[in-house]
Amino acid sequence: MMRGNRTLTIGVSLVSFSVMLFLLSVIWTPYDPLEINPELSLTGPTSSHWMGTDEYGRDILSNIIVGSRTTLITGVLAVVICMIVGVSIGIATAMSPKWVESPAIFGIDIVLALPTVLFAIVLAAVYGPSTFTAVFAIGIALSASVAQVTRREVNVILLADYVVAARASGSRIPRIVRKHVLPNLRASLFVQASSASAIAILAESTLSYLGLGTPPPDPSWGRMMASLQQYLIADPIFPLWPGLAIVITVLGFNLLGDGLREALDPTLRRDVE
Amino acid sequence: MTTVWYVLRRLALLLVSLITSSTFVFLLLRLLPGDLAQAKLGIYGTPEALAQLRAEYGLDQSLPEQYISWLSKAVRGDLGLSVLTGADITNELLSKATVTLPLIGIASVVALLIAVPLGMLTALRFRKWDGVTMSAVSQLGIAVPTFWIGVVLITTFAVQSQIFPAGGFPYDGWADLGGAIQSLVLPACTLALAQGAVLMRFARSATIDVIQQDYFRTARATGLSRAGALRVHGVRNALVPVVSVLGMQISTLIVGAIIVESVFALPGVGQMLLQDVNIRDYTKVQGTVAVTTALVFVVSFLIDLVLGLLNPKIRQR
Amino acid sequence: MTLLQVRNLTIRFGQKLVVDDVSFDLDAGQRLGIIGESGSGKTLTSLAIIGLLPDAAAVAGSVVFDGVEILNKSDGELSSLRGNRIGMVFQEPLTALNPLMRVGKQIAQPLRIHRGMRMKAALARAIELCARVGLPDPERLVRSYPHQLSGGQRQRIGLAISLACNPSLLIADEPTTALDVTVQQEVLKLINELVREEGSALMFVSHDLPVVSSMTERVAVMRSGTMVELATVGELFSGARHEYSQKLVQAARRSDDDFVRVSRGGRA
Repeated sequence: MMRGNRTLTIGVSLVSFSVMLFLLSVIWTPYDPLEINPELSLTGPTSSHWMGTDEYGRDILSNIIVGSRTTLITGVLAVVICMIVGVSIGIATAMSPKWVESPAIFGIDIVLALPTVLFAIVLAAVYGPSTFTAVFAIGIALSASVAQVTRREVNVILLADYVVAARASGSRIPRIVRKHVLPNLRASLFVQASSASAIAILAESTLSYLGLGTPPPDPSWGRMMASLQQYLIADPIFPLWPGLAIVITVLGFNLLGDGLREALDPTLRRDVE
Repeated sequence: MTTVWYVLRRLALLLVSLITSSTFVFLLLRLLPGDLAQAKLGIYGTPEALAQLRAEYGLDQSLPEQYISWLSKAVRGDLGLSVLTGADITNELLSKATVTLPLIGIASVVALLIAVPLGMLTALRFRKWDGVTMSAVSQLGIAVPTFWIGVVLITTFAVQSQIFPAGGFPYDGWADLGGAIQSLVLPACTLALAQGAVLMRFARSATIDVIQQDYFRTARATGLSRAGALRVHGVRNALVPVVSVLGMQISTLIVGAIIVESVFALPGVGQMLLQDVNIRDYTKVQGTVAVTTALVFVVSFLIDLVLGLLNPKIRQR
Repeated sequence: MTLLQVRNLTIRFGQKLVVDDVSFDLDAGQRLGIIGESGSGKTLTSLAIIGLLPDAAAVAGSVVFDGVEILNKSDGELSSLRGNRIGMVFQEPLTALNPLMRVGKQIAQPLRIHRGMRMKAALARAIELCARVGLPDPERLVRSYPHQLSGGQRQRIGLAISLACNPSLLIADEPTTALDVTVQQEVLKLINELVREEGSALMFVSHDLPVVSSMTERVAVMRSGTMVELATVGELFSGARHEYSQKLVQAARRSDDDFVRVSRGGRA
């Protein structure tokens, strides 16, 4: 299934990097990320603190490592929600009679129009900022686009001769879904999941930056950037680290999605004249 | 005649979308736990004071009544008063919008100006090294969070070089024209770069699509170079998907504005929204979000009109 | 006078050989048919002559047009030939025209590029060309969009575009294959007339032997990238040498004898 595919390889390596940070955070960090050392406040990179310390003297590297937890957990949970909800709605809508499908499409379009972050802001207004609101908001918002793409793909699948035959011969819907629709969707689902992960992580870091994500003291890359931004004058390198971590992870998932699409999709682009 | 029909259909769709979304926003914030009046008055809430407050803000009416009254006033431009602060929502929105709207406007235009030529250029140099490099850069561009771009710009142009301010907006607002413009340069660039990266990828794939079309081959057979054929036949055809994507990106632009205002501490709608969320000013948040979503739909409608102009086939559908 | 000289033309895509050592000559005013099934390499051969092969194609051999070697020319140099001295008509009239541009403007393009005409003058000439290709009500028609015309009309527009600058060579790649049978005949007759009036050479590429033999004097048969036979139509039908050509002739005879006879009568 997977040939030597440069995009895919780079994507996988970048994502693995973040995953390794996550695993590392469980076993060991150079320092306790929450440990405050006021006397060491805002020192640049040194041999004892590779990435320097923040305004409270906490080791930045340790915070980055532990911050991967927030990022990956939020990302994974949000993607799980959006895939389950999105795919279900997508399949259900595609296989419904016209009079159900049309308003459903309309509904999906309305949800799509509402931006993810805006939705999260509204939720935060109601329930206060937390990991849960972030996950829920991102998950629901992304499920709309997953539903849309899935619906289109299922419609195409339903046109296949053997599916039409199966429906005509009276196969029940759950069986058709299980035997015909889902297997054909598999490749597309992988691709969608990677792209959704990239978006989810971007959204999570943005929400954290705005103060609407995981509240302190749990380290979060986005929030770190926000707090370190004030100290740019002291040393521009401070916000670099969380930024780098975010970019690597998001880029990794993007490339993973692109690479998967290349590897799994037989209908590649024709040669350009 | 078909053009008129097209416009009417789109208009009807717009109205339905506006009503649906405003209902959605309204319900979302009204079906909250907690009593708005109680929240405002706190421990000073005697039953009479509470009742008076409720009557004043119409909170004692039934939900449908509240909705109708809110909606009917909203379409006339009166979003009511915030229950929490008593401030006039419409006024607040308008004054903050003087910062946000120019920001979004300039950013969109700049984004298009960057993205379309670059995207077309990248497509032309499809397998050459410079095309691949540009494509990789745009790939990086969409992976970078908007606030990161902002921080980098601040670092480079405000902290190290002191060319532009690191944030804030003149106290006199637009009365200080020079200061206002200066304050908007870096934020607009941030937003434009973030949007531009996304648009560029679309422009690129739209252009590649055009290059693979038969009519492109015909154009080449009449003696046009690749660039020439793109210029004559390609721009309009490639513009169609790019413009429609821009329409879909409006909400992303608005979110981008919220982020950018936070990064640069601009007193715009975005920052106001965040503050209201913090103090739990539900009515104000409701008004702001309703207007914002309405704006998204209106812009989509206008973009659809432009698309209809560009592509005569759409009008006939 | 030899207008076109193709020697040992070989085209590869990576390791795959798609056109293998093809050679033929075409004199001014002469007509050559290239016949083969899809995948035979006939279209690639014609694209090689006009210099529009995909980037990934590796070309070897020699193509000399009017004394000038085509294969090593830059795109810019070839652009002055395309649409000017060499015209090409393609198979799919629906997609070969820009859907967002009025047809008159599309006909005007080569005139503006190669004759330096201003838009007004070019459009006026476009109207004349429309009349010449047998389109009714040219003044109104030039303002239409492709989707407002029928397949036959669009193909006539395609002809108008390719002939706008009076090329010495017209390459027609399956020009009637996508059209209704009734319309095919008309368009073929039109190509016949136009090419005769212009005195242009014609290279007619198709899979349809009866059609090709009615339009040309000589035929090159291609199969899997190789040219298996090059003969006049008469020689081909009376006694084709290669086994594959014989099969084609037999199939042609079976399909429609009348077609061959009647179309032959239509030639000058």
